[in-house]
Amino acid sequence: MVEYRIDRHSGVATYVQIVQQTKQALRLGLLRPGDRLPTAREVVEATAINPNTVLKAYRELEREGLVEARRGLGTFVRRALGAAPADSPLRTELEDWARRADAAGLEREDVAALFTAVLDKHFQGDPS
Amino acid sequence: MSSDTALRADALAKRFGRRGGWALRDCAFRLPTGRVCAVVGPNGAGKSTLLSLAAGLTAPTEGDLAVLGTTPARARHRVGYVAQDKPLYPQLTVAETLRMGADLNPGRWDAELAGHVVEGLDPAARVRTLSGGQRTRVALALALGKRPELLLLDEPMADLDPLVRHELMGTLMGQAATHGTTIVLSSHVIAELEDSCDHLLLVAGGRVRLAGEIDELLAAHLRVSGAAATTDLGPHSVVESRVTGRQLTALIRPAGPLADDWRATAPTLEELVLAHLRGAGAPNPTEERAA
Repeated sequence: MVEYRIDRHSGVATYVQIVQQTKQALRLGLLRPGDRLPTAREVVEATAINPNTVLKAYRELEREGLVEARRGLGTFVRRALGAAPADSPLRTELEDWARRADAAGLEREDVAALFTAVLDKHFQGDPS
Repeated sequence: MSSDTALRADALAKRFGRRGGWALRDCAFRLPTGRVCAVVGPNGAGKSTLLSLAAGLTAPTEGDLAVLGTTPARARHRVGYVAQDKPLYPQLTVAETLRMGADLNPGRWDAELAGHVVEGLDPAARVRTLSGGQRTRVALALALGKRPELLLLDEPMADLDPLVRHELMGTLMGQAATHGTTIVLSSHVIAELEDSCDHLLLVAGGRVRLAGEIDELLAAHLRVSGAAATTDLGPHSVVESRVTGRQLTALIRPAGPLADDWRATAPTLEELVLAHLRGAGAPNPTEERAA
Protein backbone atom coordinates (compact mmCIF):
# COMPACT_ATOMS: atom_id res chain seq x y z
CA MET A 1 0.00 0.00 0.00
CA VAL A 2 1.19 3.47 -0.82
CA GLU A 3 0.91 6.46 1.51
CA TYR A 4 0.64 9.89 -0.06
CA ARG A 5 2.45 12.93 1.29
CA ILE A 6 1.01 16.24 0.15
CA ASP A 7 3.34 19.24 0.03
CA ARG A 8 1.12 22.32 -0.14
CA HIS A 9 4.06 24.65 -0.85
CA SER A 10 5.54 22.74 -3.78
CA GLY A 11 3.56 24.63 -6.40
CA VAL A 12 2.60 21.26 -7.92
CA ALA A 13 -1.15 20.68 -8.11
CA THR A 14 -2.29 18.26 -5.41
CA TYR A 15 -3.75 15.71 -7.82
CA VAL A 16 -0.49 15.76 -9.81
CA GLN A 17 1.43 14.98 -6.61
CA ILE A 18 -0.74 11.88 -6.11
CA VAL A 19 -0.17 10.81 -9.74
CA GLN A 20 3.59 11.33 -9.41
CA GLN A 21 3.87 9.51 -6.08
CA THR A 22 1.88 6.57 -7.43
CA LYS A 23 4.19 6.36 -10.47
CA GLN A 24 7.22 6.58 -8.23
CA ALA A 25 5.88 3.66 -6.16
CA LEU A 26 5.25 1.71 -9.37
CA ARG A 27 8.79 2.39 -10.59
CA LEU A 28 10.31 1.25 -7.33
CA GLY A 29 8.15 -1.86 -7.21
CA LEU A 30 6.46 -0.70 -3.98
CA LEU A 31 3.20 -1.09 -5.88
CA ARG A 32 2.79 -4.10 -8.15
CA PRO A 33 0.12 -5.31 -10.56
CA GLY A 34 -2.92 -6.51 -8.60
CA ASP A 35 -2.26 -4.24 -5.60
CA ARG A 36 -5.11 -2.05 -4.41
CA LEU A 37 -4.64 1.71 -4.14
CA PRO A 38 -5.97 3.27 -0.92
CA THR A 39 -9.65 4.28 -1.12
CA ALA A 40 -10.51 7.96 -1.49
CA ARG A 41 -11.74 7.87 2.10
CA GLU A 42 -8.45 6.47 3.39
CA VAL A 43 -6.46 9.12 1.52
CA VAL A 44 -8.59 12.09 2.59
CA GLU A 45 -8.75 11.02 6.23
CA ALA A 46 -4.96 10.92 6.33
CA THR A 47 -4.28 14.05 4.27
CA ALA A 48 -7.40 16.24 4.77
CA ILE A 49 -7.54 16.98 1.04
CA ASN A 50 -10.74 17.11 -0.98
CA PRO A 51 -12.09 13.68 -2.08
CA ASN A 52 -12.57 14.90 -5.66
CA THR A 53 -8.84 15.60 -5.87
CA VAL A 54 -8.09 11.94 -5.16
CA LEU A 55 -10.69 10.77 -7.69
CA LYS A 56 -9.22 13.13 -10.29
CA ALA A 57 -5.74 11.65 -9.75
CA TYR A 58 -7.08 8.08 -9.97
CA ARG A 59 -8.94 8.93 -13.21
CA GLU A 60 -5.69 10.27 -14.65
CA LEU A 61 -3.84 7.06 -13.68
CA GLU A 62 -6.67 5.05 -15.21
CA ARG A 63 -6.51 7.08 -18.41
CA GLU A 64 -2.81 6.23 -18.66
CA GLY A 65 -3.67 2.55 -18.29
CA LEU A 66 -1.76 2.14 -15.04
CA VAL A 67 -4.70 1.31 -12.78
CA GLU A 68 -8.30 0.17 -13.15
CA ALA A 69 -11.35 0.85 -11.03
CA ARG A 70 -13.35 -2.24 -10.17
CA ARG A 71 -16.87 -1.39 -9.11
CA GLY A 72 -17.39 -1.77 -5.38
CA LEU A 73 -13.93 -3.24 -4.87
CA GLY A 74 -11.53 -0.36 -5.33
CA THR A 75 -8.80 0.78 -7.67
CA PHE A 76 -6.15 -1.75 -8.64
CA VAL A 77 -2.75 -1.59 -10.29
CA ARG A 78 -2.81 -2.96 -13.86
CA ARG A 79 0.81 -2.77 -14.81
CA ALA A 80 4.20 -1.87 -13.42
CA LEU A 81 6.16 1.11 -14.62
CA GLY A 82 9.78 1.18 -15.77
CA ALA A 83 12.24 -1.68 -15.40
CA ALA A 84 13.89 -0.86 -12.10
CA PRO A 85 12.11 -2.54 -9.21
CA ALA A 86 13.61 -2.03 -5.76
CA ASP A 87 15.36 -5.42 -5.76
CA SER A 88 16.80 -5.43 -9.31
CA PRO A 89 20.51 -6.22 -10.00
CA LEU A 90 20.92 -2.67 -11.34
CA ARG A 91 19.89 -1.28 -7.98
CA THR A 92 22.36 -3.59 -6.21
CA GLU A 93 25.14 -2.35 -8.48
CA LEU A 94 24.16 1.26 -7.80
CA GLU A 95 24.20 0.54 -4.06
CA ASP A 96 27.75 -0.88 -4.41
CA TRP A 97 28.81 2.14 -6.38
CA ALA A 98 27.35 4.55 -3.79
CA ARG A 99 29.19 2.66 -1.04
CA ARG A 100 32.47 2.98 -2.95
CA ALA A 101 31.84 6.70 -3.50
CA ASP A 102 31.26 7.12 0.21
CA ALA A 103 34.44 5.18 1.02
CA ALA A 104 36.37 7.38 -1.43
CA GLY A 105 35.30 10.39 0.65
CA LEU A 106 32.73 11.94 -1.73
CA GLU A 107 30.09 14.17 -0.19
CA ARG A 108 26.38 13.68 -0.88
CA GLU A 109 26.34 16.69 -3.21
CA ASP A 110 29.42 15.42 -5.11
CA VAL A 111 27.61 12.15 -5.71
CA ALA A 112 24.41 13.92 -6.77
CA ALA A 113 26.33 16.13 -9.23
CA LEU A 114 28.20 13.16 -10.66
CA PHE A 115 25.04 11.10 -11.00
CA THR A 116 23.13 13.95 -12.65
CA ALA A 117 25.96 14.53 -15.14
CA VAL A 118 25.97 10.85 -16.17
CA LEU A 119 22.17 10.80 -16.26
CA ASP A 120 22.10 13.84 -18.55
CA LYS A 121 24.71 12.30 -20.82
CA HIS A 122 22.76 9.08 -21.39
CA PHE A 123 19.13 10.17 -21.08
CA GLN A 124 17.61 13.08 -22.91
CA GLY A 125 14.23 14.66 -22.71
CA ASP A 126 11.55 15.23 -20.17
CA PRO A 127 12.72 14.50 -16.62
CA SER A 128 9.24 13.33 -15.56
CA MET B 1 -36.28 22.57 -7.54
CA SER B 2 -33.84 19.76 -8.27
CA SER B 3 -32.47 17.58 -5.48
CA ASP B 4 -28.88 18.03 -6.68
CA THR B 5 -28.78 21.52 -5.20
CA ALA B 6 -27.70 21.99 -1.59
CA LEU B 7 -28.17 25.76 -1.45
CA ARG B 8 -29.78 28.18 -3.85
CA ALA B 9 -30.00 31.90 -3.11
CA ASP B 10 -32.08 34.26 -5.16
CA ALA B 11 -31.96 38.03 -4.53
CA LEU B 12 -31.27 37.12 -0.91
CA ALA B 13 -30.97 40.02 1.53
CA LYS B 14 -30.83 40.38 5.28
CA ARG B 15 -31.07 43.51 7.39
CA PHE B 16 -30.90 43.48 11.17
CA GLY B 17 -33.48 45.84 12.61
CA ARG B 18 -35.57 48.21 10.52
CA ARG B 19 -32.90 50.89 10.49
CA GLY B 20 -29.87 48.67 10.58
CA GLY B 21 -27.44 48.24 7.72
CA TRP B 22 -27.73 45.45 5.21
CA ALA B 23 -25.69 42.42 6.31
CA LEU B 24 -26.38 40.74 2.98
CA ARG B 25 -27.78 42.20 -0.18
CA ASP B 26 -28.78 40.90 -3.59
CA CYS B 27 -27.06 37.52 -3.20
CA ALA B 28 -27.58 34.92 -5.89
CA PHE B 29 -25.67 31.65 -6.15
CA ARG B 30 -26.15 27.90 -6.36
CA LEU B 31 -24.16 25.25 -4.50
CA PRO B 32 -24.56 21.71 -5.90
CA THR B 33 -24.72 18.78 -3.45
CA GLY B 34 -21.58 16.79 -2.66
CA ARG B 35 -19.30 19.83 -2.73
CA VAL B 36 -16.97 21.11 -0.07
CA CYS B 37 -17.49 24.86 -0.23
CA ALA B 38 -15.29 27.58 1.26
CA VAL B 39 -17.15 30.72 2.28
CA VAL B 40 -14.37 33.29 2.27
CA GLY B 41 -14.37 37.00 2.95
CA PRO B 42 -13.12 39.72 5.30
CA ASN B 43 -14.44 40.09 8.84
CA GLY B 44 -17.98 41.47 8.79
CA ALA B 45 -18.53 40.44 5.17
CA GLY B 46 -21.77 38.59 5.86
CA LYS B 47 -20.42 35.02 6.07
CA SER B 48 -22.02 34.23 9.44
CA THR B 49 -25.33 35.84 8.40
CA LEU B 50 -25.42 33.65 5.32
CA LEU B 51 -24.77 30.48 7.33
CA SER B 52 -27.38 31.30 9.98
CA LEU B 53 -29.94 31.93 7.22
CA ALA B 54 -29.10 28.52 5.71
CA ALA B 55 -29.44 26.93 9.15
CA GLY B 56 -32.92 28.44 9.46
CA LEU B 57 -32.06 30.41 12.60
CA THR B 58 -32.95 33.74 11.02
CA ALA B 59 -35.30 34.60 8.16
CA PRO B 60 -34.32 36.62 5.09
CA THR B 61 -35.53 40.22 4.86
CA GLU B 62 -35.89 39.88 1.10
CA GLY B 63 -35.41 37.19 -1.49
CA ASP B 64 -35.27 33.46 -1.10
CA LEU B 65 -32.89 30.78 0.15
CA ALA B 66 -33.63 27.11 -0.58
CA VAL B 67 -31.83 24.41 1.42
CA LEU B 68 -31.72 20.83 0.06
CA GLY B 69 -34.63 21.65 -2.20
CA THR B 70 -36.91 23.00 0.52
CA THR B 71 -37.17 25.80 3.07
CA PRO B 72 -34.43 26.14 5.70
CA ALA B 73 -36.95 25.28 8.45
CA ARG B 74 -38.10 22.04 6.76
CA ALA B 75 -34.51 21.02 5.99
CA ARG B 76 -33.35 21.49 9.58
CA HIS B 77 -33.24 17.84 10.63
CA ARG B 78 -31.02 17.11 7.58
CA VAL B 79 -28.62 19.97 8.33
CA GLY B 80 -25.79 20.14 10.87
CA TYR B 81 -24.77 23.61 11.98
CA VAL B 82 -21.93 24.77 14.18
CA ALA B 83 -22.12 28.48 14.96
CA GLN B 84 -19.03 30.53 15.55
CA ASP B 85 -19.56 30.75 19.32
CA LYS B 86 -20.22 26.96 19.58
CA PRO B 87 -23.34 27.11 21.76
CA LEU B 88 -23.49 24.16 24.20
CA TYR B 89 -24.96 23.55 27.64
CA PRO B 90 -22.07 24.43 29.97
CA GLN B 91 -23.36 22.36 32.90
CA LEU B 92 -23.62 19.11 30.90
CA THR B 93 -20.71 16.69 30.69
CA VAL B 94 -19.22 15.60 27.37
CA ALA B 95 -21.01 12.22 27.65
CA GLU B 96 -24.34 13.86 28.57
CA THR B 97 -24.03 16.24 25.62
CA LEU B 98 -23.57 13.33 23.22
CA ARG B 99 -26.48 11.44 24.84
CA MET B 100 -28.60 14.52 24.23
CA GLY B 101 -27.49 14.41 20.58
CA ALA B 102 -28.60 10.78 20.36
CA ASP B 103 -31.99 11.59 21.98
CA LEU B 104 -32.62 14.54 19.67
CA ASN B 105 -31.79 12.57 16.52
CA PRO B 106 -33.49 9.19 16.91
CA GLY B 107 -32.76 6.76 14.09
CA ARG B 108 -30.03 8.97 12.67
CA TRP B 109 -27.41 9.24 15.39
CA ASP B 110 -23.93 7.88 14.66
CA ALA B 111 -22.49 7.28 18.14
CA GLU B 112 -19.23 5.86 16.81
CA LEU B 113 -18.46 8.90 14.69
CA ALA B 114 -19.43 11.35 17.46
CA GLY B 115 -17.24 9.40 19.89
CA HIS B 116 -14.34 9.49 17.46
CA VAL B 117 -14.48 13.29 17.21
CA VAL B 118 -14.22 13.75 20.99
CA GLU B 119 -11.63 11.01 21.44
CA GLY B 120 -9.19 11.89 24.21
CA LEU B 121 -11.61 14.19 26.06
CA ASP B 122 -12.77 13.10 29.52
CA PRO B 123 -16.42 12.01 29.07
CA ALA B 124 -17.17 13.12 32.63
CA ALA B 125 -15.76 16.63 32.13
CA ARG B 126 -18.34 19.42 32.20
CA VAL B 127 -18.51 21.55 29.07
CA ARG B 128 -17.82 24.74 31.04
CA THR B 129 -14.42 23.37 32.13
CA LEU B 130 -13.29 22.68 28.54
CA SER B 131 -10.95 24.85 26.49
CA GLY B 132 -12.19 26.61 23.35
CA GLY B 133 -10.73 23.97 21.09
CA GLN B 134 -12.21 21.13 23.15
CA ARG B 135 -15.65 22.79 23.00
CA THR B 136 -15.30 23.04 19.24
CA ARG B 137 -14.75 19.29 19.09
CA VAL B 138 -17.87 18.61 21.19
CA ALA B 139 -19.91 20.94 18.95
CA LEU B 140 -18.56 19.23 15.83
CA ALA B 141 -19.32 15.80 17.32
CA LEU B 142 -22.95 16.88 17.84
CA ALA B 143 -23.21 18.18 14.27
CA LEU B 144 -21.49 15.16 12.66
CA GLY B 145 -23.25 12.54 14.81
CA LYS B 146 -26.53 13.72 13.29
CA ARG B 147 -25.32 12.36 9.92
CA PRO B 148 -26.37 15.54 8.14
CA GLU B 149 -26.69 15.81 4.37
CA LEU B 150 -25.49 19.39 4.66
CA LEU B 151 -22.95 20.55 7.22
CA LEU B 152 -22.64 24.30 7.90
CA LEU B 153 -19.54 25.25 9.87
CA ASP B 154 -18.86 28.86 10.82
CA GLU B 155 -15.13 29.40 11.40
CA PRO B 156 -14.82 25.83 12.71
CA MET B 157 -11.04 25.63 12.87
CA ALA B 158 -10.24 28.99 14.45
CA ASP B 159 -9.39 27.76 17.96
CA LEU B 160 -7.97 24.33 17.16
CA ASP B 161 -4.29 23.44 17.30
CA PRO B 162 -2.71 22.35 13.98
CA LEU B 163 -2.76 18.65 14.82
CA VAL B 164 -6.44 18.52 15.82
CA ARG B 165 -7.32 20.79 12.88
CA HIS B 166 -5.70 18.38 10.45
CA GLU B 167 -7.38 15.36 12.06
CA LEU B 168 -10.81 16.96 12.08
CA MET B 169 -10.47 18.17 8.51
CA GLY B 170 -9.54 14.58 7.63
CA THR B 171 -12.69 13.32 9.41
CA LEU B 172 -14.82 15.87 7.53
CA MET B 173 -13.29 14.89 4.18
CA GLY B 174 -13.90 11.23 5.06
CA GLN B 175 -17.60 12.03 5.57
CA ALA B 176 -17.71 13.78 2.22
CA ALA B 177 -16.01 10.80 0.54
CA THR B 178 -18.22 8.15 2.17
CA HIS B 179 -21.64 9.77 2.35
CA GLY B 180 -21.36 12.56 -0.21
CA THR B 181 -22.04 15.08 2.57
CA THR B 182 -22.12 18.67 1.36
CA ILE B 183 -19.88 20.76 3.61
CA VAL B 184 -19.84 24.54 3.84
CA LEU B 185 -16.98 26.07 5.85
CA SER B 186 -16.41 29.74 6.47
CA SER B 187 -13.04 31.26 7.19
CA HIS B 188 -11.01 34.35 6.53
CA VAL B 189 -7.86 32.24 6.21
CA ILE B 190 -7.86 30.96 2.64
CA ALA B 191 -4.76 28.79 2.98
CA GLU B 192 -6.56 26.80 5.69
CA LEU B 193 -9.26 25.69 3.24
CA GLU B 194 -7.45 25.56 -0.08
CA ASP B 195 -6.69 21.82 -0.21
CA SER B 196 -10.00 20.71 1.25
CA CYS B 197 -12.51 22.73 -0.75
CA ASP B 198 -13.60 22.38 -4.37
CA HIS B 199 -16.14 25.22 -4.43
CA LEU B 200 -15.77 28.88 -3.50
CA LEU B 201 -18.18 31.55 -2.33
CA LEU B 202 -16.42 34.87 -1.93
CA VAL B 203 -18.44 37.31 0.16
CA ALA B 204 -17.51 40.94 0.73
CA GLY B 205 -19.55 43.93 1.82
CA GLY B 206 -22.67 41.79 2.05
CA ARG B 207 -22.49 40.67 -1.58
CA VAL B 208 -21.32 37.54 -3.34
CA ARG B 209 -18.27 38.55 -5.40
CA LEU B 210 -17.35 35.21 -6.84
CA ALA B 211 -19.04 31.79 -6.79
CA GLY B 212 -18.23 28.53 -8.50
CA GLU B 213 -15.96 25.52 -8.80
CA ILE B 214 -12.44 26.50 -7.71
CA ASP B 215 -10.79 24.73 -10.69
CA GLU B 216 -13.01 26.59 -13.13
CA LEU B 217 -12.52 29.94 -11.42
CA LEU B 218 -8.73 29.51 -11.48
CA ALA B 219 -8.77 28.40 -15.13
CA ALA B 220 -10.82 31.48 -16.09
CA HIS B 221 -8.21 33.91 -14.73
CA LEU B 222 -4.62 34.76 -15.59
CA ARG B 223 -1.96 36.79 -13.86
CA VAL B 224 -0.14 38.78 -16.56
CA SER B 225 2.73 41.23 -16.60
CA GLY B 226 4.30 43.39 -19.27
CA ALA B 227 5.77 46.81 -19.96
CA ALA B 228 3.48 49.51 -18.60
CA ALA B 229 3.98 51.81 -21.61
CA THR B 230 2.87 49.30 -24.22
CA THR B 231 0.55 46.93 -22.43
CA ASP B 232 -3.05 47.36 -23.46
CA LEU B 233 -5.42 45.28 -21.36
CA GLY B 234 -7.96 46.10 -24.04
CA PRO B 235 -10.76 43.58 -24.43
CA HIS B 236 -9.91 41.58 -21.32
CA SER B 237 -11.91 41.91 -18.16
CA VAL B 238 -9.53 43.34 -15.54
CA VAL B 239 -10.02 42.27 -11.94
CA GLU B 240 -7.05 44.21 -10.60
CA SER B 241 -4.07 45.96 -12.16
CA ARG B 242 -1.04 47.68 -10.72
CA VAL B 243 1.93 49.59 -12.15
CA THR B 244 5.30 49.30 -10.43
CA GLY B 245 7.98 51.36 -12.15
CA ARG B 246 7.81 50.39 -15.80
CA GLN B 247 6.04 47.11 -15.19
CA LEU B 248 2.35 46.49 -15.18
CA THR B 249 0.90 43.42 -13.49
CA ALA B 250 -2.75 42.51 -13.63
CA LEU B 251 -5.17 39.75 -12.86
CA ILE B 252 -7.54 39.36 -15.78
CA ARG B 253 -10.27 37.22 -17.18
CA PRO B 254 -8.90 36.83 -20.71
CA ALA B 255 -11.27 37.47 -23.60
CA GLY B 256 -9.34 36.32 -26.65
CA PRO B 257 -5.61 35.77 -27.26
CA LEU B 258 -2.94 37.60 -25.26
CA ALA B 259 -0.23 39.83 -26.71
CA ASP B 260 3.04 37.94 -27.36
CA ASP B 261 5.22 40.06 -25.09
CA TRP B 262 3.15 39.41 -21.96
CA ARG B 263 4.17 36.91 -19.37
CA ALA B 264 1.17 34.97 -18.14
CA THR B 265 0.91 32.60 -15.18
CA ALA B 266 -1.95 30.81 -13.49
CA PRO B 267 -3.00 32.55 -10.27
CA THR B 268 -3.18 30.76 -6.94
CA LEU B 269 -6.50 30.71 -5.10
CA GLU B 270 -5.19 33.23 -2.59
CA GLU B 271 -4.10 35.62 -5.37
CA LEU B 272 -7.49 35.28 -7.02
CA VAL B 273 -9.38 36.01 -3.81
CA LEU B 274 -7.20 38.96 -2.81
CA ALA B 275 -7.40 40.48 -6.29
CA HIS B 276 -11.19 40.29 -6.26
CA LEU B 277 -11.33 41.82 -2.79
CA ARG B 278 -8.99 44.69 -3.73
CA GLY B 279 -10.07 45.16 -7.31
CA ALA B 280 -12.66 47.45 -8.79
CA GLY B 281 -15.27 44.70 -8.70
CA ALA B 282 -15.38 44.92 -4.94
CA PRO B 283 -16.45 48.34 -3.68
CA ASN B 284 -15.15 49.37 -0.30
CA PRO B 285 -17.24 47.63 2.37
CA THR B 286 -17.53 50.87 4.36
CA GLU B 287 -19.23 52.54 1.38
CA GLU B 288 -21.57 49.59 1.24
CA ARG B 289 -22.57 50.07 4.81
CA ALA B 290 -23.25 53.77 4.30
CA ALA B 291 -25.43 53.05 1.27
